[in-house]
Amino acid sequence: MTTQNDKFVSIEGIARRYPKAGGGTTTVFEDLWFSMRKGEFACIIGHSGCGKTTVLNILNGLDAPDDGAAIVDGKAIEGPSLDRAVIFQGHSLLPWRTVLGNVSYAVAARHRDWPKAKVNAHAMAFIEKVGLKGSELKKPSELSGGMKQRVGIARALSIEPKMMLMDEPFSALDALTRGTLQDEVRRICLETGQTAFMITHDVDEAIYLADRIVLMTNGPNAMIAEIVENPLPRDRKRTEVHHHPGYYAIRNHLIDFLVVRSKTFKDAVPDGYDRRHPPVVRPGADTTPEPAGRAAA
Amino acid sequence: MTTSLNLRAIVLSLAILFVFLSGWHIAVQSGGGGPAANIDPEYAKLLGQQVTQGKSAMPGPLDVGKTLWGHLANPFYDKGPNDKGLGVQLAYSLGRVLLGYLLAVLVAIPLGFLIGMSPLISKALDPFIQVLKPISPLAWMPLALYTIKDSGISAIFVIFICSVWPMLLNTAFGVSAVRKEWLNVARTLEVGPVRRAFTIILPAAAPTILTGMRISIGIAWLVIVAAEMLVGGTGIGYFVWNEWNNLSITNVIVAIFVIGVMGMVLDQTLARFQRAVTYPD
Repeated sequence: MTTQNDKFVSIEGIARRYPKAGGGTTTVFEDLWFSMRKGEFACIIGHSGCGKTTVLNILNGLDAPDDGAAIVDGKAIEGPSLDRAVIFQGHSLLPWRTVLGNVSYAVAARHRDWPKAKVNAHAMAFIEKVGLKGSELKKPSELSGGMKQRVGIARALSIEPKMMLMDEPFSALDALTRGTLQDEVRRICLETGQTAFMITHDVDEAIYLADRIVLMTNGPNAMIAEIVENPLPRDRKRTEVHHHPGYYAIRNHLIDFLVVRSKTFKDAVPDGYDRRHPPVVRPGADTTPEPAGRAAA
Repeated sequence: MTTSLNLRAIVLSLAILFVFLSGWHIAVQSGGGGPAANIDPEYAKLLGQQVTQGKSAMPGPLDVGKTLWGHLANPFYDKGPNDKGLGVQLAYSLGRVLLGYLLAVLVAIPLGFLIGMSPLISKALDPFIQVLKPISPLAWMPLALYTIKDSGISAIFVIFICSVWPMLLNTAFGVSAVRKEWLNVARTLEVGPVRRAFTIILPAAAPTILTGMRISIGIAWLVIVAAEMLVGGTGIGYFVWNEWNNLSITNVIVAIFVIGVMGMVLDQTLARFQRAVTYPD
């Protein structure tokens, strides 16, 4: 049972190839291995074109791998499923429906036999959870960008999925709104023990939210360079994260990767690199072992 | 600011109307070259007032107004095939337009959905649509009369064939242009294809579909007048042609005016529906 929980999400040797314009194929990535524990929050970082979104689309079932398989909760992914909710990069709300209409659309898809009143009550509970009570009858066009993304979060949560998939959900928001929404996503994920997988370009976002950060090298033929374990205590606060002694170690490690190693990693793959078990690193861990970090926070 | 703009626009409209009506009135009064004195009285009877007394056959706005009022006061009388109230004639035309138009809706919207959703069907049907679309609807009339053998139904068929194209093309375009992200939302929620068509594609494409429907009703109303002139019997188009044969220019002008007003009503009705389904993005 522990293996089941250790590998709640398991990406096993997946590959994705596209036919090239002039014949031949472009391999976005191949033989990619990665797994997540239940309740874990993972972020994936890499430059545009490295196939992050493809990995996410394979996890949500909109895309399928050419080789290998992605397994969630012991079942191979075969197409989209209500077990895996997606928060899209654009909010992608249905503009002709109200806030309540958008959330209840998802609830009604999940619970087809529920009467309308029950669907609406369930949807309202999640609208309240993201702090949009009172705006439920507004159309998306009447909401600010942050509020729209809150509706997207409420919609994803309302179907009570086994895991949440997020494709740069906050990249279009201003810094202040992004911060509040990060707090909320983190709070909700911790409260509900939600397993979450998020694509981001924002190093600080990854450090604040993720338990583990997957570093992907540049595409094509992208690979997972390493998996970074977050040394910061689990009960970190967004406002205090940057005071943590381990913060700059992990931040510099991530930025070094994005600036230099994402390009060069492939040319000088370290000895003993195993695609099945990419190296796990814990920058800053030696300066602050976890118990000490927890005491400091 | 807007009120004053609206107010000024109304005043200007009324001024233009006044100038037009008085110009019309004066032009008609001064028409003709005075009474023709040296004319055989028998011949004069045949020729009528406009020649003998120099009165123009073109009625003035007051004559038209009076006749229009007469029609409006009693729109639904029926005194045989050549003398029916304007309301009765309008009702015949409207009936044909709505019937043909409704048939076109029933064909164009599902077919448009199919074309919009399937690139294969879209490509396969494209040459047919390209050839059929530019054909004047009236060109179908002889063929319709020959095959259907009923002038009333032929007119309805002509309305059908002219209203089908804008709706078909707009529906196909609207359906094919539905944003991928909305479709992906439905897919990740495991919404089935039929439900997806009604809950995502239909509302997303509705404004475009309604635009096509609005263009179609306009074309149908243009075509019905010509079609009824050809098939005869009843309808506002037949009325115009009949009054032309009666040399009653007054009634022709009244009919033209009524056709215009009715067309506006149809267009505005569709415009209202269009506003109802339009969503701000």
